[in-house]
Amino acid sequence: MGAVKIKDGFYWVGAVDWNVRDFHGYTTHRGTTYNAYLLVDEKIALFDTVKEPFFETLMAHIREVIGDPEKIDYLIINHIEPDHGGAIAKVVEAIKPDKIFCTRNGRLGMIGYFHQEDWPFVEVKTGDELKLGRRTVKFIETPMVHWPDSMVSYIPEDKLLVSQDAFGEHYATSTRFDDEADFCELFQEVAKYYANIVLPFSPQVQKTLKAIKDLKLEIEMICPDHGVIWRKHVKEIIEAYDRWSRYEANSKVLVIYDTMWNSTEKMAWAVYEGVVKEGIEAELFKLSVSDETELMAEVLEAKGLAFGSSTLNNGLLPTVAGFTTYMKGLRPRQKLGFAFGSYGWSGEAVKHLNKIFEETKTEIVHEGFRVKYAPTAEDLKKCEELGRLLAQKVKEACSV
Amino acid sequence: MEKYQCNVCGYIYDPAQGDPDQGYPPGTAFEALPNDWTCPVCGAAKSEFSPVKG
Repeated sequence: MGAVKIKDGFYWVGAVDWNVRDFHGYTTHRGTTYNAYLLVDEKIALFDTVKEPFFETLMAHIREVIGDPEKIDYLIINHIEPDHGGAIAKVVEAIKPDKIFCTRNGRLGMIGYFHQEDWPFVEVKTGDELKLGRRTVKFIETPMVHWPDSMVSYIPEDKLLVSQDAFGEHYATSTRFDDEADFCELFQEVAKYYANIVLPFSPQVQKTLKAIKDLKLEIEMICPDHGVIWRKHVKEIIEAYDRWSRYEANSKVLVIYDTMWNSTEKMAWAVYEGVVKEGIEAELFKLSVSDETELMAEVLEAKGLAFGSSTLNNGLLPTVAGFTTYMKGLRPRQKLGFAFGSYGWSGEAVKHLNKIFEETKTEIVHEGFRVKYAPTAEDLKKCEELGRLLAQKVKEACSV
Repeated sequence: MEKYQCNVCGYIYDPAQGDPDQGYPPGTAFEALPNDWTCPVCGAAKSEFSPVKG
């Protein structure tokens, strides 16, 4: 698609990946982009690179802007993960940078990936500045947003933040700016990205947002390493990150379950009925037919979680164990929930689910409900009551 | 009481602040944290921490 001028002297030179559908387990139904940026001033700097197979695209875009790629003076590596850093070795060989700016962990990480200790690394810390001519680059370390090596680069003269993974999303588009994309699709993808990538590091997101405030950074444009460039909805995306990283959620309950012989499924439907009758939004997800990436985006936005599993060989069904393990690692917080499930022998599933609730610091609104073999009409009434109870608690919590 | 830093992500455990989110109040010495305590930032094990010098 060619390089795209973002501002005078600042260009997008990345690549659009229309065909990726599995990004280390994250389902990317709408593809993604690997964004790299070229700043042309008295000195020329390249911000991040691309996934290794897209190296030639990156180089073609660079040549389009400045001709000879060796004119690039500095390589600035905000994040080393291979979707941005995969092409670093080839890029270093092609552009022969005078200096490579990165954090300490960035240097150690690049040595870990490429085993080249003699590259011209310059370690930077929060507050360090690099003068490129008319423009300055200010570095701000953002450890664990997204990896230990992560940092962001701010260009005060242009009020522009190069934010690596923060504020990004997996969304391939033929245009580069937020106002040129479908707003609903865009925000779905942003929420999905936050839920599946950024959520564990919410306390660090709060710190980063505070640092932006304390340093009084005026931001007119955010250039992330994935997806669109924010110029119209800067306020909205920062507000969304603030809301998500404070674990604010909507008055909504998800009933997430799997079933062996339909008993747990009947219970799930009754729980769902109870929530709906209480007048709040509910969604039902059977894990054997649900996409975990999409479901995590729903978990992000919902205050209440009812988890159901049949007991299989004294444990959870593998689909439920798999999703709850994935979810636990993403550290959702401040949820309300309870567990349910049917069993035939000793019925441990509810106990295991309660442990997951404890580990995710979910407030357990009821000790859980187990049914042996198949639920009676009375059992289903009890499930409905528990659905109502959870809905009430969710309503109370969300109205505060 | 000594501060400890996570070798993985750089987080500093300050006993004066403790780790209230994981149930360890201000004033908890690093040594008093259980062995299965993990870095509140990146999840690394307690054994990944080193004393902060100076």
